[in-house]
Amino acid sequence: MKPESMNKLPANPERATLEGKNKFLGFWFFLGGETVLFASLFGVYLGLRNATNGGVTASEMFELPLVFIATMLLLTSSLTSVFATMALKTNQFKRMIGWFVVTGLLGLAFLGLEIYEFTHYVHEYEHTIRSSAWGSAFYTLVGTHGAHVFVGISWLTLLIIRNLKRGMDLYTAPKFYLFALYWHFIDVVWIFIFTVVYLMGKVG
Amino acid sequence: MSAHAYKKKNPIWDWLTTVDHKKIGILYLASGAFFFLIGGLEAILLRVQLLYPEFNFVGAETFNQLLTMHGTTMIFLAAMPLIFGFMNAIIPLQIGARDVAFPFLNSLGFWLFSAGGILLNLGWFMGGAADAGWTGYAPLSTTSPGNGVDFYVLGLQVSGIGTLIGGINFLVTIINMRAPGMTFMRMPLFTWSSFITSGLILFAFPALTIGLALLMFDRLFGTQFFAAEAGGNPIIYEHLFWIFGHPEVYILVLPAFGMFSEIIATFARKRLFGYSAMVFATALIGFLGFMVWVHHMFTVGLGPIANSIFAVATMLIAVPTGVKIFNWLFTMWGGKVSFPTANLFAVGFIPSFVLGGMTGVMLSVPPADYQYHDSYFVVAHFHYVIVGGVVFGLFAGMYYWWPKIFGTVLNEVLGKLHFWLFFIGFHLTFFPMHFLGLMGMPRRVYTYLSGQSLDEANFAATIGAFLMGLATIIMVWNIIQTAVKGKKAGNDPWDGRTLEWAISSPAPEYNFAQTPLVRGLDAWWLEKRAGNKAMVPAEPLDDIHMPDASILPFLLSLGFFIASLAAIFANWAIAIGGLGVVALAMILRSVIDYHGYHIHKEDLPDEGGEGK
Repeated sequence: MKPESMNKLPANPERATLEGKNKFLGFWFFLGGETVLFASLFGVYLGLRNATNGGVTASEMFELPLVFIATMLLLTSSLTSVFATMALKTNQFKRMIGWFVVTGLLGLAFLGLEIYEFTHYVHEYEHTIRSSAWGSAFYTLVGTHGAHVFVGISWLTLLIIRNLKRGMDLYTAPKFYLFALYWHFIDVVWIFIFTVVYLMGKVG
Repeated sequence: MSAHAYKKKNPIWDWLTTVDHKKIGILYLASGAFFFLIGGLEAILLRVQLLYPEFNFVGAETFNQLLTMHGTTMIFLAAMPLIFGFMNAIIPLQIGARDVAFPFLNSLGFWLFSAGGILLNLGWFMGGAADAGWTGYAPLSTTSPGNGVDFYVLGLQVSGIGTLIGGINFLVTIINMRAPGMTFMRMPLFTWSSFITSGLILFAFPALTIGLALLMFDRLFGTQFFAAEAGGNPIIYEHLFWIFGHPEVYILVLPAFGMFSEIIATFARKRLFGYSAMVFATALIGFLGFMVWVHHMFTVGLGPIANSIFAVATMLIAVPTGVKIFNWLFTMWGGKVSFPTANLFAVGFIPSFVLGGMTGVMLSVPPADYQYHDSYFVVAHFHYVIVGGVVFGLFAGMYYWWPKIFGTVLNEVLGKLHFWLFFIGFHLTFFPMHFLGLMGMPRRVYTYLSGQSLDEANFAATIGAFLMGLATIIMVWNIIQTAVKGKKAGNDPWDGRTLEWAISSPAPEYNFAQTPLVRGLDAWWLEKRAGNKAMVPAEPLDDIHMPDASILPFLLSLGFFIASLAAIFANWAIAIGGLGVVALAMILRSVIDYHGYHIHKEDLPDEGGEGK
């Protein structure tokens, strides 16, 4: 093994202190609340997805190749955050930071694609948040997810800058671990968006 | 005491920055009481308007605002914070913890709540308060002119975030911070019911967040969620609101059930009858609470199958609730029952709440509900459960835990006067409303015609409201009296059963010098029966770690307040500035390390001095 991993940390450094345990559990609860939040938005979307108000419909507008690339970017970023978490558990700080940087860059690329996608819809199809109830539901659901990605990237950036020189210990490990949890969550939400919004919009 | 504690702090700064759960509890209680008085005043104005047929006291427009703000204030700004106040003040003591899991977030939850509460009420001074009912149904709320509904939407949104944070904090506190030996099935019932309530908050409030967000988008940004003419659907708002709204009823009443369970057992000097049945009944009520929201929407026209399923689910809730009622009765059965004010409220609650429960079962039958819907029968029903359940619980809890929170005892003579005036006034106000409803008087309408046999019952209801107002004045007088020259309370004035009575009143900053060892249900009672003067410690005396105070929760909430106020008046530059303050506070919280400080064991008072 690499010398970096020789420092002794307990098996699950993110949960080794009471503070870490509290954060771990509290964050899971937070994600439970977020699940209800997104479930409500999905419910609203399903109720309004055919309310196009005479404008463009989902099957006319969506282009699956673009969405597929976005999906792959985000899924890959989830994989890289798993690599980062594995490095965290084996106490390889530099490797963890490296994988997290890759995660953040993939997230940024996803966000760029989403911004492109939204402007494309607005300019090409005059599909806006005000044009129909479906438009309102679409931009609110997908936009809320996008906002979560943005918050995640900002959080990660701040984490890396603040802790770069501190290295791994029982104080910093929970911070990075929680970010990884959050990132998986927004990834899972995206899988539902891909299915419910795009696939069902194209073929449903 | 440590050098740190000796350092004289500016009291205002201290209260703004405190992360001590006992002080945050007092902040919650004080602001909840303030909003309770405002909501009560609104109720009295409503009743004066309805004193005589076609009476012109405040007029239709103000009546709509008073009605909306009375409901919203009482639910979100009075009952919720008062419950959080007791949870903060009592739960860590009951589970033998030094602190809550997230002291910083706890403070943030309080300041967000108060920012939202002030915002909601600012409408009164800035062009009219919200006037679309506490439910804010679309399209009435989306088309309501002026800014009143915007204050409602953003005020509730901001305070709702605070509530959600508080819920997560208590879930984690109760799971992770219990003292050695305090297993789940040894937890006091108030802790249990607050635990389940916190779970309900976690899964119910996000639905409200979305409902309010969509309402805000429709009003401020011109989206079409609830605009039927553009394909929108206002029924979606009703679903979202009640997916939150029905669990909210149990969020309010379950902690009150927990308080009654402790108070009745304490003053019957008996162990609570059917402890585990109580726990499971509470959990079952919490679970079923999510399955019944459509009973608020029976008349929408969702069809007989949907209505039937939700009707049966609603009736099911009567079963665990009945289990609880009988357990309270059996707890008193054969006990040595005494009736200080706390127990008067607890025992007075039982018949009052049963009446509300009976009308609840009546309302759960869809064909009958078509008759009751939107009439005063519904108003009578929910005031019987909310005042008869929640408010009685909060009063009982106030008289019971006042000594532990403030170190003094409330005056019993004034307390009993408060109880009897309130109890009689309450029934005089709401009992006639059943009949008003059955005779067809619609709720939320500012007046009625004479010659329809509605006059006498309305007059009686208003007199009852005056009695409740008088009772509240006596309560306030009692609080002032007690604050000025109250009798000092001992550690254990009621010969209590649970851990909070094992430590001094008020509790020291660190709660327990040594974490106690819990050896069974009613831990403190067990030790007293065994002849012990104090709890057996579970650890040697050591330095105690305390969290750092912080001004950031206040600043963050201020940022949300500024942003919301600016958004209401469409001043987007200032709104973004407000959100910038929020972001800055979050970044500072993330970047600054809070290591806390230690109270050294040499600075703790002697063991003997503590247990007296």
